[in-house]
Amino acid sequence: MKNRSLVSIDDFSTEEILRILDLTEEFEKEPTRKLLEGKVIAILFFEPSTRTRLSFESAINRLGGKIVGFSDASSSSVSKGETLNDTILTVNNYCDLIVMRHPIEGSARYASEISSVPVINAGDGANQHPTQTLLDLYSIRKTQGRLDNLNIFMVGDLKYGRTVHSLMMAMSRWNATFNFISPEELKMPDEFKLYLDNLGLKYYEHNDFTDIISRADIIYMTRVQKERFSDPIEYEKVKNVYVLRNSMLKNTKPNMRILHPLPRVNEIHQDVDSNPKAYYFEQALNGVYTRQAIVCSLLGII
Amino acid sequence: MKEAKQMSVSAIQNGTVIDHVPASNLFKVIQILGLDRIDTQITFGTNLESKKLGRKAIIKISGIYFEDEDINRIALVAPDAKLNIIKDYEVVEKKVVEVPDNIVGIAKCMNPKCITNFESVTTRFKVVSKKNVALKCHYCEKITTQENMQII
Repeated sequence: MKNRSLVSIDDFSTEEILRILDLTEEFEKEPTRKLLEGKVIAILFFEPSTRTRLSFESAINRLGGKIVGFSDASSSSVSKGETLNDTILTVNNYCDLIVMRHPIEGSARYASEISSVPVINAGDGANQHPTQTLLDLYSIRKTQGRLDNLNIFMVGDLKYGRTVHSLMMAMSRWNATFNFISPEELKMPDEFKLYLDNLGLKYYEHNDFTDIISRADIIYMTRVQKERFSDPIEYEKVKNVYVLRNSMLKNTKPNMRILHPLPRVNEIHQDVDSNPKAYYFEQALNGVYTRQAIVCSLLGII
Repeated sequence: MKEAKQMSVSAIQNGTVIDHVPASNLFKVIQILGLDRIDTQITFGTNLESKKLGRKAIIKISGIYFEDEDINRIALVAPDAKLNIIKDYEVVEKKVVEVPDNIVGIAKCMNPKCITNFESVTTRFKVVSKKNVALKCHYCEKITTQENMQII
């Protein structure tokens, strides 16, 4: 995978995804190693995303790499009107790899085509966020012991949620069954359902967040965002319906784990946190190991 | 010889005739094929009567034969176009255009948040449906359908 970029989860074959997950396992055992000594990594965040940025920085720092970059476009020459083209062609002279987050869709693909060093997409608008997908896959495999034939429940904003779309597409490689729980306004878009239809995979749609979760191996929660609703009354009606509470977990399977890309607002009640089935903070930790595996793999170090 | 009929656009000795171009897209076809930059004789007629298209255009290009790959680029704007290859005033071959698998340039991505609508990036699409043409943007991965398609 040396000198390749990671823009979309589809850039990796199934074998390559599994290789990243295996490497992640190694980093989990030994996260502090001097593998990136002498390497400079540019972290270019054209829009703020503290969690993702800190996760990358932690991953790189633990391996002894140095970081240059910015965390917000207003503190870079973008605010002076510089094009992405010029930013990338300049910064690629200063570093061995670029991690970028950008509000414009397709920006990472474009950057990867003009950059002389590998580019990792840390989110391009509503389009892709492949390192999140890989850490989700790692968390699923780690908690379930496998990726095949799992029953995945996705809850909340399934219309705009980039992470659920990518995870759904990725899990479709392992014969998953999907259950989509969302308000009518935020249903899984037709193009993704068509994708599953074409693969012959089963999926079920629900409006109610009820006992059906007793069949789940994974519950993937997402935030229902206020700005997605044109009518604020509709948001008020919906926001307290898709909340996971500890009392709802009584009949769930022992192997079931709850994932969430974070940050959460109120969609997982705090009383769930102490339940051993809550896995979202460990999931965030897995993100550090996954990013170590991705960075080292694209640099051809391991 | 067949029944003589009045020709709206005079015949060529050697070259290519592109018929059944929608009149409204004549200049797009000219642009896509780069006909404004070649120096052989080109004649065209537009707003000609057509049972199929209402009003059609026809282009006759002397001395030029197109590769299929090049000619298929006009499929987005002239899906019903028919080509006659002319040698010594005779039609020696007829061709129809086919929507290619990939489209480079030509169309605009309909996603207002796509990088191709912000910076000078050549658009690139994978054709995901040929019948009701649907293009998947190589950059933002969103689909542009025929109804929303704009030719650059």
